[in-house]
Amino acid sequence: MAKFIAQRFVEAIPVVLLASLLVFAILHLIPGDPVDAMMGAAAFGVGTPEQRIALAEQIRDDLGLNDPLAIQYVRWLGNAVRGDLGQSYIQHQAVTKLILDRLPSTLELAGAAMLLSIVLGMSLGVIAAVKRSSPIDAAVMLFSLGGVSIPSFAFAILMILIFSVTLGLVPATGSGSFDRLILPALVLGYEGTGLIARLTRASLLEVMGLEYIRTARGKGLHPRTILRRHALRNALVPIVTIVGLQVGRLLAGSVIVETVFARQGIGQLAINAILAKDYPVVQGVILLTAVSYLVANLLVDVSYGYLNPKIRSA
Amino acid sequence: MATSTPRSDRPDLARVPLVSAVVADRRPLPALPRPAGPYRRAWWRFRRDRLAMGALALFALLAVVSFLGPLVIAIDPYQQDLRGSLLAPGDAGHLLGTDNFGRDVLLRLVDGGRVSMTVGLAAVSVSLAIGGLIGLFAGYFGGWTDRILMRIIDVKLAFPGILLALVIVTVLGSGLEKVMIAVGIGGIPRFARVVRGSVLNTKGELYVEAARSIGASDRRIMFVHLVPQVLGPVITIGTFGLATAILSTASLSFLGLGAQPPTAEWGLMLSEARRFIRIAWWLAVFPGLAIMLAVLTVNVIGDAVRDALDPRLQTAGD
Repeated sequence: MAKFIAQRFVEAIPVVLLASLLVFAILHLIPGDPVDAMMGAAAFGVGTPEQRIALAEQIRDDLGLNDPLAIQYVRWLGNAVRGDLGQSYIQHQAVTKLILDRLPSTLELAGAAMLLSIVLGMSLGVIAAVKRSSPIDAAVMLFSLGGVSIPSFAFAILMILIFSVTLGLVPATGSGSFDRLILPALVLGYEGTGLIARLTRASLLEVMGLEYIRTARGKGLHPRTILRRHALRNALVPIVTIVGLQVGRLLAGSVIVETVFARQGIGQLAINAILAKDYPVVQGVILLTAVSYLVANLLVDVSYGYLNPKIRSA
Repeated sequence: MATSTPRSDRPDLARVPLVSAVVADRRPLPALPRPAGPYRRAWWRFRRDRLAMGALALFALLAVVSFLGPLVIAIDPYQQDLRGSLLAPGDAGHLLGTDNFGRDVLLRLVDGGRVSMTVGLAAVSVSLAIGGLIGLFAGYFGGWTDRILMRIIDVKLAFPGILLALVIVTVLGSGLEKVMIAVGIGGIPRFARVVRGSVLNTKGELYVEAARSIGASDRRIMFVHLVPQVLGPVITIGTFGLATAILSTASLSFLGLGAQPPTAEWGLMLSEARRFIRIAWWLAVFPGLAIMLAVLTVNVIGDAVRDALDPRLQTAGD
């Protein structure tokens, strides 16, 4: 088992490195100059044009932007590993601090959405599988199709319209209290709920057709016992995969949900940074997202080995 | 022959793959023309799926209205009328109301449909062209070519959902053409993987070996003999890809990174509607429904296309 985990870990390293290289390269190949963005309006009309050019050159030197890209990359990566993601061009604060300040809000949102989609998704999936080909099954499938077809921002606005504007039950925007978490978590969790419901149903139906289930039925076990102790356990493997993939979807989805609900989280930080061309912040957030996504999938791989001994040896 | 035949008169089962699609709640089938090609057979299977046929009709209607509508109606979706702003649906001949500049919401939705479909198709074409080639080369040549190309594709794994599109838009700047490219690049891995898989399955076939033995070049084998074989899965992935592309385009526009005002784009319209949500619900609801309807119909069509073309193919995840 330890060997299996170690092997998966080693395999993940090149992907992390390539991803970090991509993040770095993309943002450094951008036409347009971050120094211009930093100086912005503040420097406009100050001194002569020559003085401004000299100032820009000095800033570039200070930031190391004149060094070869390879050196800049190694320096950036080395600092990133030590937790230093550089300084924001616009907000003049450490990127790490900006991220850490907003991380709890995003984790709260993503955690709530994840919990919702696992609990609700698996329940709906099991119900649909048990009541196969019934109207309940059709309703669950339609509901889950909506999850991948309704854009989260449209759904979010619809929810605000119904629950905040019309019914006045919960506040429309902001973060920090439980009633402000309900709508965003619902919206962010919907896509995952649908996917998990669909997958649980399919996986359970597949397992239910296997011989050992027939055996269990043959020895007269209660259908509920069969479902819980025999079928569901084996149906779990594909579900765990999709839960791992959810981590990424949730982080990417939080960009939109946090924008709609005006929550001060990582996603909103990223969007504002992109719009303001605040590259160190963009780099930091994207690197963080990529690494957490890869780590989540690594954990999924490891849990596979735990859930299904056949994979361990393969 | 009658348009519908009784079940007992089903076509020769040896010619038609025995698929799970043959279920009781579907209507009786028209007889399959005996010498039918795989696409004819797929269409024959597809036609039995009533939900999918409904979705196809709806999507065709959307497409016709979006592309031909502007030619028929002489009114400009950008025509402002400040005295008639924020009219509720039904007022003064505006079926779906007007926005804050007095522009007709219905006309803007129609114009937005054209934008969404054009961008969606363009993005899928980008994914198909690049992803398809990568998959074809990786699958056909194998070895190091395969390993390197697939490692590059793997990196996309680290950027879930619209995150990669966000990174690319950061680089290219905002705007619809940039979104087209960004969303297109985001779809490359799916095409690459599916094409590679199909090529791996097919390249060992006897007819490929036969082609090689009579001296066909690699290029000829790849583009003349293998491409038709991967077409089926590619059509399926392309349909789902279109749904994803429409959705991503709208999302990026909603975030302010795609279409810029005054373009009538569904995501952008929804974004602008947020300011008026307390006084003009129709500005938010109708573009939302439009996106939902478009994406839902394409997804339903995709499901049916997959079942019709290859019942064994699993839904490709992102």
